[in-house]
Amino acid sequence: MIFLVNLREPFEFEFFRHALLGATMVGALTGLVGVFVVLRRMSYIGHGMSHSIFGGAVVGYVAGINFYVAAGVWGFLSALLINQTTRKRQIGADAAIGIITTASFALGVALISRASSVTRNFDAALFGNLLGVSTSDLWVIAGVLAFTLAVVFFFYKQILFLTFDSEVAPVYGVPAGWIDTIFSLVLAATIIASIRIMGVTLIAASLVIPPVIARLLTDRFAVMLVVSSALGAVIAFVGMFISYYFDVASGASIVLLAAAIFALTIGYVTIRNWIRFGRPIAGTRKLTSAESQALFD
Amino acid sequence: MTQQNSQGYIVRLAGLSAGYEGKPVVSDVNMAIRPGEFVGIVGPSGSGKTTLMKVILGSVAVYDGAAEVEGRAVSLRHRPSVGYVPQLETIDWNFPVSVEEVVMMGRSMQSGIWPWPRKEDKAEMTRLLERLGIAQFRRQHIRNLSGGQQQRVFLARALIRNPRLLILDEPTSGVDIKTRDDILHLLVELNREGVTVILSTHELNAVAAHLPRVICINRGIVADGRPSEIFTTEVLRETYGGDMVVVKQDGMTLVADSPHFFDDAHSHAETAPVNG
Repeated sequence: MIFLVNLREPFEFEFFRHALLGATMVGALTGLVGVFVVLRRMSYIGHGMSHSIFGGAVVGYVAGINFYVAAGVWGFLSALLINQTTRKRQIGADAAIGIITTASFALGVALISRASSVTRNFDAALFGNLLGVSTSDLWVIAGVLAFTLAVVFFFYKQILFLTFDSEVAPVYGVPAGWIDTIFSLVLAATIIASIRIMGVTLIAASLVIPPVIARLLTDRFAVMLVVSSALGAVIAFVGMFISYYFDVASGASIVLLAAAIFALTIGYVTIRNWIRFGRPIAGTRKLTSAESQALFD
Repeated sequence: MTQQNSQGYIVRLAGLSAGYEGKPVVSDVNMAIRPGEFVGIVGPSGSGKTTLMKVILGSVAVYDGAAEVEGRAVSLRHRPSVGYVPQLETIDWNFPVSVEEVVMMGRSMQSGIWPWPRKEDKAEMTRLLERLGIAQFRRQHIRNLSGGQQQRVFLARALIRNPRLLILDEPTSGVDIKTRDDILHLLVELNREGVTVILSTHELNAVAAHLPRVICINRGIVADGRPSEIFTTEVLRETYGGDMVVVKQDGMTLVADSPHFFDDAHSHAETAPVNG
């Protein structure tokens, strides 16, 4: 009973209700977008873009421009630049992304160290804070989530094809350029909408961990989308209570919880496969004939 | 150009130079294929087989000359409607998709805005999977299939578009002899139904046994004609840069590596210092 009372306690505060609703939506959003980030092997891009957007947000703050406008424009331009850079063969894509995004991040840090009034929000920007979620933030998160759901729903077949086989999809008429651009826009919008709750340094983890857990549990793309989104939402929901009760940054509590669930999932899948195949194998897939043969060797 | 195509070519390359990032991979290619032909493209790795196919698909930049499919110029902006089966080495086998999802990708631009397939698309997919003998695997993950079955899945994805031109990049690579034979017989069957087939391969004997026309390339066309006519030691030396033995027996053309003979003295001479 005492436990139930304690669970109700944070709901008395408007800031917590806002943060909980915002985090749950952000969790679902990053879980959904993360499926494409993981399957397209773009985890590093998600990480880099959050750092890049941080630079844009600080530039916007110093110049007196609205956070979402500054971060949005900066983020979208960064995404396009990253997209273009990854197509160049002369420089490794990871190196090019590292240069672009860390330079942008460094610009933000340099501006912050010049303007002392911003410094107190520095930790919140890096690691997330449940105090800073306003009603307008909730509307932005809801808008990005609705837009992303609409994009995934109406372009599902094309996105699936392009994610699976980026070489052949354009041959079959899939407008790869347009879909890549829309995806860059969605990714940038997701990071901007999530930045206050998750923090710059931890967004990448929320984009990666729920889809990876979902991938361990299913071999179906559509199921992976649903499981990853649901997991992201539940982890963020529970993570906010951990943040409140243990007084830790919201981004950190969400990511630590996600990592713990990932470890448990790996353990569960390994034990399940041990029982099924007689050997501990992490992963849900059925064995290939060569692997099946190897088990009996 | 139009005059040439009115003569009935489904593919026509004239004085073609194409490649990547400004560097031509193939140069001065002249080639014309009529509807209903079955053509094999052979050549060493890096000779431009895949590049030539990608030119026809509109995936590679043309630097010089002309490339036309069904009478229309092909470019990165104007891609023809053809069926394409890529090299299976390029596929991510851990991607979470089932056989039917892969096949339906072939209709992703024709089957409406809803994420689920239409009834007629599902019916067509079922018909194709049954024809190719893989209907029982429709809900399986693609990784769980054998090499030949996987090749059929990607063939079904190409065929669900009802293409008049089918292009396959090394469809017999990495499969056993029986599977290779099955795949080639299936392609011959499709060709008899009117589908023009172009494939690239390293299997010279399979080409000689199954295909009426072969094009040898090495950054340009070396020879073009019937395998029995153009598979000669000279042509193969020019194509591959090495000696090969061509044997004609019982109406068949067989190509073999030029053997290396080692006598006992040579073997001992080579191994003695090591053992000593």
